[in-house]
Amino acid sequence: MVDKIVIENLSLTYAEGNESLRHINLKIAANAITVLFGPAGGGKSSLLRCINRLNDLTDIRLLQGKILIDGQNVLDPKTDVIALRRKVGMVFARPVVLPFSIRGNLTYGLELAGEKRKSRLDEAVERSLKLAALWEEVKDRLDDPAVALSGGQQQRLCLARVLANQPEIILLDEPTSGLDPISTGKVEAALQELKHQYTIVLVPHSVQQAARTADYAAFFLQGELVEFGPGRDLFTNPKDKRTEDYVEGRFG
Amino acid sequence: MNSIRKLDWQEFFIPRLIKASGYSAILFVILIFFFLLRESLPTFGEVSLRQLFSERWYPIEARYGILPLITGSLLVTIGAMVIAVPFGIGTAVFISEIAPRWLREILKPLVELLGGLPSVVLGFLGILVLAPRLRILLDLPTGLTALAGSLLLGGIAVPTIVSIAEDALDAVPLAYREGAWAMGATRWQTIWRVTLPAARSGVLTAVMLGIGRAIGETMTVMMVTGNAPVLATRLDSLFRPVRTMTATIAAEMGEVANASTHYHVLFFIGMVLFLISLAVNLAASSIVFKAKKRAERVLS
Repeated sequence: MVDKIVIENLSLTYAEGNESLRHINLKIAANAITVLFGPAGGGKSSLLRCINRLNDLTDIRLLQGKILIDGQNVLDPKTDVIALRRKVGMVFARPVVLPFSIRGNLTYGLELAGEKRKSRLDEAVERSLKLAALWEEVKDRLDDPAVALSGGQQQRLCLARVLANQPEIILLDEPTSGLDPISTGKVEAALQELKHQYTIVLVPHSVQQAARTADYAAFFLQGELVEFGPGRDLFTNPKDKRTEDYVEGRFG
Repeated sequence: MNSIRKLDWQEFFIPRLIKASGYSAILFVILIFFFLLRESLPTFGEVSLRQLFSERWYPIEARYGILPLITGSLLVTIGAMVIAVPFGIGTAVFISEIAPRWLREILKPLVELLGGLPSVVLGFLGILVLAPRLRILLDLPTGLTALAGSLLLGGIAVPTIVSIAEDALDAVPLAYREGAWAMGATRWQTIWRVTLPAARSGVLTAVMLGIGRAIGETMTVMMVTGNAPVLATRLDSLFRPVRTMTATIAAEMGEVANASTHYHVLFFIGMVLFLISLAVNLAASSIVFKAKKRAERVLS
């Protein structure tokens, strides 16, 4: 097992004074789904946003510690943030499709990076749609506006858009919170396929989803990492009382 | 019992009062329009259309060609927009997207304060500071030119554009920007390809209102454009004195004989101004309407 992301003693406080993360130490394995779960306000999203430096534009009072990706500290001010965000893709809770065609949404990231060759773009469209399990549904209407897709399809399109950038790590922040069970199932199935090639960090929208999808799971409470371990153990046999109470639904 | 009766009285009276003030606004616009129409229509009986659209404005000798006034207004307004649109949108983008929070909180009220500056003060600055410097810098016979008017009008339109465009940019959901950043877009790519297009209708409204502000402005242009009713046909007209429609009305209305031909023609100019600003407003609202329909489609 290779540790793709190593988080060392990470602490984060927002400018409003909200302490979001306290001394987090976490190793995230390559080619697996690592789930960050826990009640709202626990710091899961904050941690995701540190990994691709999306927090740069938020007012932060204090940020300490290290996040190493392939041994490089991404919190170093000298990091090329744009390159980092191409390497670390992110899918949000609410699908944000751009007002272009389906194809246009997928080629957008590559065009930003300066790719103009049509063959390469077409190839990327097909590959990323297949990976996101959307190809069969949209292959005959790639030039239709993306907003015509259903919510579930839009979210898979957002996933495909991230994949078209050829990232190594995919961060997902409650990607299925607005989807019906069938669409959720499709997204989860796609993730299970994708983990063979990518490192996946998922903030699920329910404990059940955490239990279904996790290879590894980390339980966050009030900015603290309470427990971390393989999904099997953590959900069936939690060591910490607080994890047990949350997993069994005694609070939350 | 007493308090209930009082409430009844309020419920009866206050909505009617509000309704009346609402309708009165419409009534006033209609009354103004008919007054303009009544005072300007006799023009057609007294001056031939051909003369009206000739290029000589010299009322003392009964020459009523309003073409130089129209071109004067258009030249100064277009010049003002060339300055104010990029500068205004640029400032709005800076305030909304780039400036740190503390700077934004200083800049926004400051710009809005600038918008409240009386135009006569700006005209004063134009005469004393801008015009002499333009004359020396560009080696002109006089600094009181269309260019001076454009520069000042640009300055007057900028706060309007900044304020409204900034509101529009601010209303773009953070999710759009984060989506673009997360895909590896740079800050500039995000602004140019996501935020600005998303705020398009508001930004266009800002530009249209800026145009409206510039074309209707009177005091400043009267003070700094030299007021020579010369037909502006070439680009170097920018460096010569011009006279605008608004300045003509303001300068001559006070000393014209009531119900004379000159008087009627001045009202006709007012009518033309009214129609131009109506057209600008209609164009603005139709663009906004179209854009809104598209946005609703996108978001639904």
